[in-house]
Amino acid sequence: MNKRITISPSPHVYEDTSVKRLMFDVVIALLPALAISIYFFGMGAIIVTLVAVVSCLAFEWLIQKYILKQEPAITDGSAIVTGILLAFNVPSNLPIGIIIIGSLVAIGIGKMSFGGLGNNPFNPALVGRVFLLISFPVQMTSWPIPGGFKTGYADAVTGATPLGIVKEGLGKGDQISDLMNQVPSHMEMFYGHMGGSMGEIAAAALILGFAYLLIRKVITWHIPVSIILTITIFTGILWYINPETNADPLFHLLTGGVMLGAIFMATDYVTSPMTPKGMWIFGIGIGIITVLIRVFGAYPEGVSFAILIMNSFVPLINTYVKPKRFGEVVNHG
Amino acid sequence: MLKTFAKGGVHPAECKYSEDSRIEILPLPKTVSIPIAQHIGAPAKAIVAKGDKVKVGDKIAESSGFVSANIHSSVSGTVAKIDDILDSTGYKRPCIVIDVEGDEWNETIDRSPELRREINLTDKEIIAKINLAGIVGLGGATFPSHVKLSIPDGKKINVLIINGVECEPYLTSDHRLMVEKAEEMLVGIQILMKALSVNRALIGIENNKPDAIAHLTNLVKNYPGIEVHALKVQYPQGGEKQLIKALINREVPSGGLPLDVGAVVHNVGTAFAVYEATQKNKPLFERVVTVTGQLVSKPSNLLVRIGTPVSNLIEAAGGLPEDTGKIINGGPMMGKAVNSLEVPVTKGTSGILIMSESESKRKKEATCIRCAKCVSACPQGLEPYLLKKQAQLEKNDTLEQSGVMDCIECGSCSFTCPAGLPLLDYIRLGKSRVSKIIRSRKQ
Repeated sequence: MNKRITISPSPHVYEDTSVKRLMFDVVIALLPALAISIYFFGMGAIIVTLVAVVSCLAFEWLIQKYILKQEPAITDGSAIVTGILLAFNVPSNLPIGIIIIGSLVAIGIGKMSFGGLGNNPFNPALVGRVFLLISFPVQMTSWPIPGGFKTGYADAVTGATPLGIVKEGLGKGDQISDLMNQVPSHMEMFYGHMGGSMGEIAAAALILGFAYLLIRKVITWHIPVSIILTITIFTGILWYINPETNADPLFHLLTGGVMLGAIFMATDYVTSPMTPKGMWIFGIGIGIITVLIRVFGAYPEGVSFAILIMNSFVPLINTYVKPKRFGEVVNHG
Repeated sequence: MLKTFAKGGVHPAECKYSEDSRIEILPLPKTVSIPIAQHIGAPAKAIVAKGDKVKVGDKIAESSGFVSANIHSSVSGTVAKIDDILDSTGYKRPCIVIDVEGDEWNETIDRSPELRREINLTDKEIIAKINLAGIVGLGGATFPSHVKLSIPDGKKINVLIINGVECEPYLTSDHRLMVEKAEEMLVGIQILMKALSVNRALIGIENNKPDAIAHLTNLVKNYPGIEVHALKVQYPQGGEKQLIKALINREVPSGGLPLDVGAVVHNVGTAFAVYEATQKNKPLFERVVTVTGQLVSKPSNLLVRIGTPVSNLIEAAGGLPEDTGKIINGGPMMGKAVNSLEVPVTKGTSGILIMSESESKRKKEATCIRCAKCVSACPQGLEPYLLKKQAQLEKNDTLEQSGVMDCIECGSCSFTCPAGLPLLDYIRLGKSRVSKIIRSRKQ
């Protein structure tokens, strides 16, 4: 035989999948929410998303090429995901310069300073988002009111988010029943007709993306379900104790970043635990911290902080929470 | 809901191209090279010399210990030499080379086609007969069968499990045997039941072989104690521990054997070989081998004499395709790539798989993104990403604590890794280091 044949150890076949494909599946899953954002926020949603994605890609390429001196690997799609998620977590009228700074922090500090994809302990988009929230509190909390598809970028009318209205009202001693008249109905919130960060508004679209991720086996259900369950139970107890000072659980689930965070931010592979049991601990932690911040903290919203705090526990969770090994417990039927 | 094992597993494309090809008898080769080490355990000792005349079924190498197996000539002819020859392990190892002359069988072998149902031997005699016939596990592990049937004092066996899972993609030799030799196999199972003194045997078959399941389900009505169970298609269900879990929901303890949970597992091919050995006095010198692959023009199931060069099998299946990139002894998940077409078929050869140039390439390696797909795929509940890292860093102590010795090397982790990381390569490396340490500790 004069042909060259390959000798390699088993297995000799591989699943038809790749990092790139997983990343682009996440991008596809984010598209319904992007469409709703464009529908409600118009031009602003398009500009913010484009600027964030392009600058994330550019910073990753520049850092890999000139600082780390690696072969740039931006085609893996992970910087696109970070860009979209960053855009989804800011108001749709955020000035371009601030978006670029946010992208630099997300990619440069959040991701590349730790060694790039696979090594960052914190979700890069959230690192960028929290940096902006602390550095530019005014611009980061002036939420455009949904004005429809024709809304321009700079001329959006701003107002408070439902969470902000409730937080402020409760601070002044208002009753929940009165405050609920000032915010959109639950149904309106479900399909996204409310003020808020660009991509977090439409629970319906985000859940559609969740279904896609589950069908494509990109993520498992554990983290989103544990977060949502925990928030439901925790706020449900508070609501049951006093419905005049605590909003109902559904209000908490549909407002702010719960759906976006639970489905797309907390499930980031790199910064979440490796085992189902670990995922439950992680999700319950995020749910509890979110509610603590929302109900007892100074900020009206706490999903970003909750995820970042739990991100820091992930190495610990991975060290102590192990899968059950086959044959560990002898079962004699 | 069909039964399956509880944890992990993957579902590779099944590609059972040869499932409808009847078993054909491969014409005799000109020479055979019969390795004296075809089984797990001590190699056999050659008892023939150059120039000796042998008949089909004559013993040519003798078992050299309890965990060892006799080797019989698969052809009649003259011993040409006893020499080191490249075999499917990739090493040159001692083989008995025989030039084929005619096809004269040892007179004690019953060559009639009739089914012999009545079992006249005692349990001890059955085990002795199996030992004499050189039968080893034909699923691929090649563990000497008589050892599995010799139950140590204090252990109680209450069920025999027959492995008809054939979870490796492409392979169909067990499937064809179950369809074409079902009665013989069932008598073989009865013999194994008698040897173990159990009154219950479960045949596990994956649901992608409906004809075998229907055929056997129909036949077992006449065989009290034998049940047929259809299983969900899930790799690596053919692994002993996974199959026991799937069928009787018992977990073989870490480091333990099936007999620790009262079970013994034998392959369907082994059951057929047991029938032939005890009822027809025929030692193990031939087996069914699947020759397959996307490019193979005639995917086949061939009855092959042990020692036949692989090239003869490929010829019979339509010749070596132009675009061949890899030749695998076994299935695509656990088989071994061979480096020569002249390597001989051994007792453990269940298939010859030919892969194209493009199928033979590994995925480009990317960085681990900690997606945890390897953790969910591991049927043993291990963390392959962690084992790989610990093996790379040569952290042998932590590697042992992380359970590296529990790895069954099924390859599910490497199969499923989106980053194309060779997880199992590193885990094997770590395993061999750790097992060396464990051995030295025992001394």
